[in-house]
Amino acid sequence: MDFLVAPIAVAGIAGIMATLVALVDMVANNYGEVTIDVNEGKKEMTVRGGSPLLLTLSTEGLYLPSACGGRGSCGACKCRIISDIGPYLPTEIPYLLPEELKQNIRLACQIKVKTNIGIEIPEDLFNVKQFSATVTAIKDLTYDIKEVLFELGDDTIDFEAGKYVQLVIPPYDKIKESTQRAYSMSSSPSNRNQIELLVRLVPGGIATTYVHQHLEVGQKLDLIGPFGDFCRTASDAIMLCIAGGSGMAPFKSMFYDMLDKDETNREIWYFFGARTTKDMFYLDEMRELEKQLSDYHFIPALSEPQEGDGWEGPTGLITDVLDRYLKETIETEGKVLEGYLCGSPGMIDACNRVMNDNGVIQDNVYYDKFA
Amino acid sequence: MTPQINPLILLFASIFTGNILLTNFLGLCSFISISRDMKSANGLGLAVTVVLTLTALINWAVMHYILIPLNLMVYRYIVFIIVIAATVQMLEMIIDRVSPALYMTLGIFLPLITVNCAILGVALFMQIRNYGLLQTLAFSFGSGLGWWLAIIALAAIQKKIARAPVPAGLQGPGITLITIGFMALAFIGFSGMLNVS
Repeated sequence: MDFLVAPIAVAGIAGIMATLVALVDMVANNYGEVTIDVNEGKKEMTVRGGSPLLLTLSTEGLYLPSACGGRGSCGACKCRIISDIGPYLPTEIPYLLPEELKQNIRLACQIKVKTNIGIEIPEDLFNVKQFSATVTAIKDLTYDIKEVLFELGDDTIDFEAGKYVQLVIPPYDKIKESTQRAYSMSSSPSNRNQIELLVRLVPGGIATTYVHQHLEVGQKLDLIGPFGDFCRTASDAIMLCIAGGSGMAPFKSMFYDMLDKDETNREIWYFFGARTTKDMFYLDEMRELEKQLSDYHFIPALSEPQEGDGWEGPTGLITDVLDRYLKETIETEGKVLEGYLCGSPGMIDACNRVMNDNGVIQDNVYYDKFA
Repeated sequence: MTPQINPLILLFASIFTGNILLTNFLGLCSFISISRDMKSANGLGLAVTVVLTLTALINWAVMHYILIPLNLMVYRYIVFIIVIAATVQMLEMIIDRVSPALYMTLGIFLPLITVNCAILGVALFMQIRNYGLLQTLAFSFGSGLGWWLAIIALAAIQKKIARAPVPAGLQGPGITLITIGFMALAFIGFSGMLNVS
């Protein structure tokens, strides 16, 4: 029976240690029942203390934005804490701006719920839900952009055009942990049973590689949302919309939303930049909108037109095209202009400068940067 | 056979001449990543010292009262790691509950050093060199203090380097590793004073 000694002894040591950890967890990590007061009485929940705030809130059905799933590496789950919960942890500080530190904004995934606390979150996060969605269609828009349509089943989503959802990517191949990535919804809010996303393949990207190479029609995926504040204002200012690649998504949603809500008179200039005709998509759909929205102008531009590709529209970098239109074509005298930018950080910064140079004030520029 | 070394001498030897970090290069990853500011370096040094001493003593007991009598020394690696992981986990929870202030300076570093190889290294040296209980205490506590001393020294040097014209290709971990190399050379200078293993 000698051969039993080793496994029993090692298992015994492991068992004893595990029991000790569990005992200490029960005694030291037991904070009893605590209440979390959200937005001064808007919602009150009684929970078991001892877990991170982000996790505690999500088990109660309240979802703060989070891209890393609580590992403290994305800095998205910021929320304001009203009660005193002790000093900042070194793991939070790199993600917080000086003014956020003054307002006692914390990272919800890093702080533990130990006592009764009061928190303040944006009102529209109450609307955030987790959807178990089924993929019903995957379409190639270009060689590297796919349009993915999700059915929500019995659930419905209410959102403002321009907002995004977090797509929950399950572990696959060498990726051992579930990952979340943000994608703007390109479907119109009036379509409450479906969500459409545009996903561009980023070489080496965890989520985009999954969507492009593994995702199949009929598969189920979780979506959490809606999040974000990239929405059009209610004013009648001229909208200067600029997008590149899958930055098309929020604008598509906005324009169809305006069509559905009969807001067809607002002046819109939509600049869409691509390198070659191979990167262009939705040309017919976006041109069709010119007939339906009375003051909407679609300006697709190619930065590297190829010979013989039959392109007759504007060419050049999107910043140059924008500059040209702002100086020559668009009547800006005595009008308020608003900039809406969605695309890569480089494109956004460059277009932002062009807008500022042409008299669009920074407070009126809204953007959605791809991180 | 337990070697005949005065624990007090062993304590000093493990701080200076046999510094676990600068002579054996154990525990380098957290050493390099957390040495940018003095406050974190101090907290991490304290955490390593506490965990090192505590786990080495527990592992010594486990080894002498369980592994050796049952002739299970081949399993020492896995057993030592289980003991270290569980101890650190418990320590973190207890500190978090008992003293939030201490948790701020020390507790947050605990999960980080569960996998610090200096911790396992000390347990294994203790076994290879047949240290007795008092010697283990001196060796592990001294190794912790030595690690602490090294990280504080590095944090101080890093402060100076931050204002030095480091070539672009060497910035970050590159210059840090070179610095550690020089520190190791400097510590070799101590080896004439005491030489114990």
